[in-house]
Amino acid sequence: MAHKNVIPFGPQHPVLPEPIHFDLVTEDERIVDAIPSISYVHRGLERLIEKRDFIDFVHVADRICGLCSFMHAMGYSQAVEEIMGIEVPERALYLRTIWAELSRIHSHIFWLGVAADAFGFESLFMQSLRLREVVLDIFEATTGARVILGVCKVGGVRRDIDAATLKGIVDRLASLKKDLEELSPVFIDDYSIRHRLVGVGYISQQDAYTLGCVGPMARASGLAMDMRTLGYAAYKYLDVEPMVETTGDCYARCLVRIREMFHSMDLIRQAVGKIPEGPVDLKVKGAPNGEYFSRVEQPRGEVIHYAKGNGSRFLQRFRVRVPTFSNIPAMIKVLKGSEVADVPNIILTLDPCISCTER
Amino acid sequence: MRSFTMTKTVIKNLLAGPATLMYPKRKRTFTPITRGRVDNDINKCIFCGLCGRRCPTYAILVTKESKEWQIDRLKCCACDLCVEICPVKSLSMENQYAPPATDRTAGVYKLKKADEGGAETDKS
Repeated sequence: MAHKNVIPFGPQHPVLPEPIHFDLVTEDERIVDAIPSISYVHRGLERLIEKRDFIDFVHVADRICGLCSFMHAMGYSQAVEEIMGIEVPERALYLRTIWAELSRIHSHIFWLGVAADAFGFESLFMQSLRLREVVLDIFEATTGARVILGVCKVGGVRRDIDAATLKGIVDRLASLKKDLEELSPVFIDDYSIRHRLVGVGYISQQDAYTLGCVGPMARASGLAMDMRTLGYAAYKYLDVEPMVETTGDCYARCLVRIREMFHSMDLIRQAVGKIPEGPVDLKVKGAPNGEYFSRVEQPRGEVIHYAKGNGSRFLQRFRVRVPTFSNIPAMIKVLKGSEVADVPNIILTLDPCISCTER
Repeated sequence: MRSFTMTKTVIKNLLAGPATLMYPKRKRTFTPITRGRVDNDINKCIFCGLCGRRCPTYAILVTKESKEWQIDRLKCCACDLCVEICPVKSLSMENQYAPPATDRTAGVYKLKKADEGGAETDKS
């Protein structure tokens, strides 16, 4: 038996855009244990909530993460609206859905690019980021910002999109779809990509369930868990279908994300077809008194926003349980028994968002 | 498995040239609603201080006595709240970003209203 070595992985590593650290205990090339450590960039949001007005805090929630910025703002707003009993106008719900689905598309395209970079296919990374630019341009034209959107607020949204622009979005997404249809066969069929992903990082359906997987990680193992089916925002009016694969390896997780991108485009098309006329926001009066768990499906999985107010302008307690955090136990399980060379792949197919985790 | 899946993309890229802008030569065009930087038409300003109180990052400082309005652009998160609340619409959101700065105080932008109505700009 070979003796055990500890290989440090991270916090600075070429495949990781953000700091997370693993101590990989190896025997030869095989990993027998992995010890994660996070909290390199902790920001203390839970303390900040006590000092910021609950309406201003949407801007802080917006800045929890760059890729799913809008979904954090939406989750927080939903929690506060539910506590205060605010009925958000239908049009605002539809607009929220459209922006949320656009966020999902751009996050998944970005993930495809970063994953390609992790297994050493750099030109594919460039292609993906070029296609992602289309979505960022739509964001800038409709919200005024490319990454931190800042359009969600308690009681609705801050900007309306007129009918012509909505049609323009659908048209641009149709051409983006054509480009993605050219790009996705590379991820699905290419020999070298299949070689790096098929059979790597397998997690069974039972393990995924008991370890509390969420998002594409759970869906790739055959668990049909998608919080959009709960019907928050305008999803109750749209045909949401969880994308499920059963093989549970890195390749399945890649397939789930590719299929979700196309499904999101379809959802946006549906939402644009059904969007009603009307106001986009409500005037908020009073202060929240009570508590609520709001569940939102992010590109990476289910995020839970817990808010508790005591009738003053400042919330008492706020907590975010982000998808990456609940996927870490499954990641450790997957890492045990895998090869050292597969570690970047496994970590990336989970799509870790450390800035979310260190809220 | 199929071969040559990317051939079409390769040919397209060869003919179309780079997808990026050649930046210093070609300036980026911003959309009309891009949230770049906050500016104040100081002659219209009534120094009510609402913008300073609304600001989530406490970037705006308004002094009524000396008729001064000051913003720290490094603190400003370009949320547009001050522009929305301004009662005389003297604040506006420009679609160009603020120039880059090398030290903490370089983001401070100060405007002072002169008594006879002309504005004088002091960039400290």
